[in-house]
Amino acid sequence: MTDAPVIAANNVSRRFARKLDVAERIANTLGAGIKERVVHAVDGVSLAINPGEVVGLVGESGCGKSTLGRMLAGILPLSEGTVEWEGRDLATLDSAQAKAARLATQMIFQDPMSSLNPRKIVASIIGEAPVAHGLVSRRDIGETVGALLDRVGLDRSYAQRYPHQFSGGQRQRIGIARALAVRPKFLVCDESVSALDVSIQAQILNLFMQLRDELGLTYLFISHDLGVVKHISDRVAIMYLGRIVETAPAEEFFAAPNHPYTVALIAEMPTLGQRRRSFHPISGEIPSPVNPPTGCHFHPRCPKAFARCRSERPMLREIAPAHWSACHLNELQPS
Amino acid sequence: MPTLSVRNLQTHFFGSAGISKAVDGVSFDVERGEILGLVGESGSGKSITGFSIIGLVDPPGRIVGGDILFQDSSIVGLPQNTMRALRGRKIAMIFQDPMMTLNPVLSIETQMVETVRAHEKVSKAEARRRAVETLGLVGIPAPEERLAAYPHQFSGGMRQRVAIAIALLHRPDLIIADEPTTALDVTIQSQILSQVQSLSRQMGMSLIWISHDLGVVAGLADKIAVMYAGRIVESGPTDEVLDRPVHPYTIGLMRSVPANLRRGEPLQPIPGMSPSPLNRPVGCPFRLRCFAATEICASEPPESRSDAHSWRCFHPQPPASQP
Repeated sequence: MTDAPVIAANNVSRRFARKLDVAERIANTLGAGIKERVVHAVDGVSLAINPGEVVGLVGESGCGKSTLGRMLAGILPLSEGTVEWEGRDLATLDSAQAKAARLATQMIFQDPMSSLNPRKIVASIIGEAPVAHGLVSRRDIGETVGALLDRVGLDRSYAQRYPHQFSGGQRQRIGIARALAVRPKFLVCDESVSALDVSIQAQILNLFMQLRDELGLTYLFISHDLGVVKHISDRVAIMYLGRIVETAPAEEFFAAPNHPYTVALIAEMPTLGQRRRSFHPISGEIPSPVNPPTGCHFHPRCPKAFARCRSERPMLREIAPAHWSACHLNELQPS
Repeated sequence: MPTLSVRNLQTHFFGSAGISKAVDGVSFDVERGEILGLVGESGSGKSITGFSIIGLVDPPGRIVGGDILFQDSSIVGLPQNTMRALRGRKIAMIFQDPMMTLNPVLSIETQMVETVRAHEKVSKAEARRRAVETLGLVGIPAPEERLAAYPHQFSGGMRQRVAIAIALLHRPDLIIADEPTTALDVTIQSQILSQVQSLSRQMGMSLIWISHDLGVVAGLADKIAVMYAGRIVESGPTDEVLDRPVHPYTIGLMRSVPANLRRGEPLQPIPGMSPSPLNRPVGCPFRLRCFAATEICASEPPESRSDAHSWRCFHPQPPASQP
């Protein structure tokens, strides 16, 4: 079992449908033919994460990266496909095993203020779950909370304070301590450093890397910031409109991007090295996931699109060891 | 003559908890057609500097000292109607959230025609023609048809373009842009940066680009001013500041940017956090987080300069220690 991925999504999809309201249903009985609007937030995605690995999941808003993260964290049901925890389908586990798998997966959110209960002191926020799950006795919880606060770099005396008494970076540390309290193996970090100032962001990123070394954690690190992802990830997956279009080891991802979308995103990443540069943005907007383009979702914005891209969905193909890309161009020039 | 000259600006907020010195002695010039990047973390006073220039500081905030010269005349303490004639026509502002600029219940056409006619006596048809032209300028496809739409019918990036178009309607001499691309996706941000850059070059417009993102400012600005705790701690031409930073705070900021380093290498964050504006340390406000601080830093650091590059620090860093 050691070489099984910690978690694997197999061809998962998630659709959100807006139900018809009364007026629309009445109109339909009269033959108006109004259809439900269905958003394909995630459209047939597979992603496996190995023990101890940090996978960066990148994409622009609306591409489905958070939805995928939530499905892996087990807090959002799947429309299609399966999620395997340590090689076993989550849907087939008995309730005790499923609970253990859920506890071993924790999520850290973007905005700690909306994920921390404002009426509870830090000691209860962090200490409630391990007591409820019987991991720590009520007698020992004070010491456990203290140790967790030490681990995330906060003073033990903060345990008696409320969330509003902290700065953004400190709140994020509390959110991390809360997630660590139930001894997870796998953390889903959804834009966990995006709301922080650069100097504070750097402190939290260092904390994530330190925790990984100390506790052997596995991460799915969701972010729109390529700089952050480049820094922290072993492997990067990039999503566009509900699909993973490319995945590769981080070094190779940034050194030799293959998919035209990846190439464009990396070229547009703001860096300190490029001064008063001329921008060459890819044109167009991200299409609506209600009505995605046919074939390759990226073709209307792609500078290299040809006829086949409009009609046929490109599948992920391995173009170099562990480097997968979903682009028809790779079949034109086999390398 | 610079388009804008800010001289020792002090904007303080008189709250119940005490006086918060949001902007505490800020000076800079912006020449015609120049892009200034005003960089800082939250609470550094960069936005309040922008609001002070355009005269939108609300009580309990007040400009308590210094001067702002726009095209050589002071615009501090002008009567409301004089300031109103200037605002929108000569000086315009773009906000982070375009919904702050746009009225959700009025069509784009109504809002744009109103803006044109607020400052100029032109016919509705002429105002409309100007609106269409300006929407085209910021890259909105089919501007004729889009004019009738309401703000909610646009995507975030398109809304920001409309807000920029409204700011451009009167071809102002100065635009203050307060984090206008922070909420946008990378590809859309890049489109907007490219347009703003070429517009300011074509029209000779001066631009103050307020941002927390050094990467964005590096790609856009002619010169950079770094703010910390209500002051400019270092400023100068973009290449000078980013290639030869001397202030420990600027150096710390650059070392905190992940894209700047090799992968996996630990970042070198600045320890601690920004001081509360109610309770700043005496002397240099950065000294409690600074790796170079000594006893002398408890007194006020002088401003030093070499050509156009200036800094406020007792211990400017030699090139060897730089990121």
